[in-house]
Amino acid sequence: MSPRKTRIEGGQLDRGQHILRGIVLFLGALVFLFPFYYMIIGSLQKSPDPTVAGAFPNPANLTLDNYTAINSRVDLVQGLVNSGIFTGGVIIGTVVFGVLVGYALAQLQWRGRGVTFALALLVQVVPFQLLMIPLYVLIARDYGLADNYLGMILPFAINSTAVIIFRQYFLQVPRELFDAARIDGAGELVLLWKIALPLVRPALLTVILLTFIGPWNEFLWPFLITKEASMQPLAVSLANYISTVAASAANPFGAVLAGACVLAGPAVLLFILFQKHFVATNIGSGVKG
Amino acid sequence: MSILTKARPAAGVTPPAGGRGGHQKGDRRRRALGKNPIGLLLSAPYLIFVLAVFAWPLVFAVWMSFHEYFFAAPGAQIDRPFVGLDNFREVLGDPDVIRSFGNVGIFLIINVPLTVVLSLVLASALNKAVRFRTFLRVGYFVPYITASVAVVGVWLFLFSGSGLVNQILGPLAPEPSWLINSQWAMPTIALFVTWKQLGFFILLYLAALQNVSQELYEAAATDGAGKVRSFFSVTIPGVRPATVLVLLLSTVTGANLFTEPYLLTGGGGPNGASTSPVLLMYQRGIEQGSPDVAAAIGVLLVIGVLIIAFIQRKVAGGDES
Repeated sequence: MSPRKTRIEGGQLDRGQHILRGIVLFLGALVFLFPFYYMIIGSLQKSPDPTVAGAFPNPANLTLDNYTAINSRVDLVQGLVNSGIFTGGVIIGTVVFGVLVGYALAQLQWRGRGVTFALALLVQVVPFQLLMIPLYVLIARDYGLADNYLGMILPFAINSTAVIIFRQYFLQVPRELFDAARIDGAGELVLLWKIALPLVRPALLTVILLTFIGPWNEFLWPFLITKEASMQPLAVSLANYISTVAASAANPFGAVLAGACVLAGPAVLLFILFQKHFVATNIGSGVKG
Repeated sequence: MSILTKARPAAGVTPPAGGRGGHQKGDRRRRALGKNPIGLLLSAPYLIFVLAVFAWPLVFAVWMSFHEYFFAAPGAQIDRPFVGLDNFREVLGDPDVIRSFGNVGIFLIINVPLTVVLSLVLASALNKAVRFRTFLRVGYFVPYITASVAVVGVWLFLFSGSGLVNQILGPLAPEPSWLINSQWAMPTIALFVTWKQLGFFILLYLAALQNVSQELYEAAATDGAGKVRSFFSVTIPGVRPATVLVLLLSTVTGANLFTEPYLLTGGGGPNGASTSPVLLMYQRGIEQGSPDVAAAIGVLLVIGVLIIAFIQRKVAGGDES
């Protein structure tokens, strides 16, 4: 790719720029991914090797001991189960109630619709951290829900972004479709269940993925509300390990990185499998078919 | 399911949308509650949730900041006297608090411009990329979908005294190392958060770019504008509403900083050089048992964010569509 040559013809100039852009994007992506690669390599090293050579796998220095080491300090399975219950609860709440509001906001006319939509937007810019202290007082102290799954789930129970996404999808469904069904005498919930839901199935997956990463990665709230190790989601128990006991382990980085791999694994895997659904999918075909 | 069965009779009562006139009673109710009052019923769980988890705690936080509040056994009746601005006075007289707000300032100065520029440039490049799309998407988005706690581990390893970054930099490495250096701790955190959040902002810009009319680019090209020129005069004005949103959200993220200083710099070290207001809220409010002081920090933090957001809107302008 010589710049002098490409300047002669417009087409070649374009191609040169394309290639250059491709290379820059590719290198950038590698830089972004490097810490993840390093996380896996580091989790497999017998002794931490921070030199440049250590960034390449060395068969003589590979081991799974770090995973057993972290598992003896932090109950990985219990942590994953707790994270799963926390995340699952939030997803169920979001999907069930989010669909209901999204549908009502997009397809029904009722008093308070504008206010509800404004609230859903507003809620997204309210910093959770301002609510942290009062929520802690209310949920942990007044309701006694500390070290309790319900207390963990409650502040995240319905994801407002999901409400907006559902509304957006339901808006794309032509209203005539519902009017026709209404003339046939179908009730609103029948409409929602039989017509609206199947049409927004792609949104369902997007919402589930989007909602998943919130509670799965959430640290501050479960950290505040769980003191018992057996109730802590993996993010919390790993963070506690990092901030307190890491110094006493034989290979602290190895053990921390092994735990990090276990915590990051499910989210990364889900994302890679369903990455297409992270953009709005066109449901036009669903309506036509 | 229970909601479904319970609400069904109500659904039956709803007049069909096509049926007009004749229903006197329906008309009156329609005026009071709208054409489909069942919408309110469907939204009720969400509205209750918002009131209980956002509205009420918000009011409670402000109330708390004006009263002397401390933890007590549940159910115990305790006098919590109104103390006016005492909590705020205590907070503003506390050098740690002032320092933490300064730290967030440093963070925002680095993180916000970096985020806006990088995410816009990368999004417009990704928008045109044809090859390796999947790989590129995964590459840029993976940090965003991974838990902070997990990637903090790698950054600790990378940026430790004898870590890979310093090995590569050799004599250029700062002494003491990044996260224990009072000058570099906050910039390193800002870089971490930029890297971590960029995928989300790229996603926002990618969506906004779909709304920029292709004709504008063609018009710019016929007027002789090059790639760079049309980026500045077509793309940037075209995605302005998204930029306003990115500015706001990255500022809010910055103000909410907690996990990173808690874990990366061992609780805001060295010597408070990377404490964030939220970290102080946790220490003062929950560890030291003064939720009233913590609430006052929170109120000040939100006022700060609102002021910054207001200025950003004035500067970045643009009416949101």
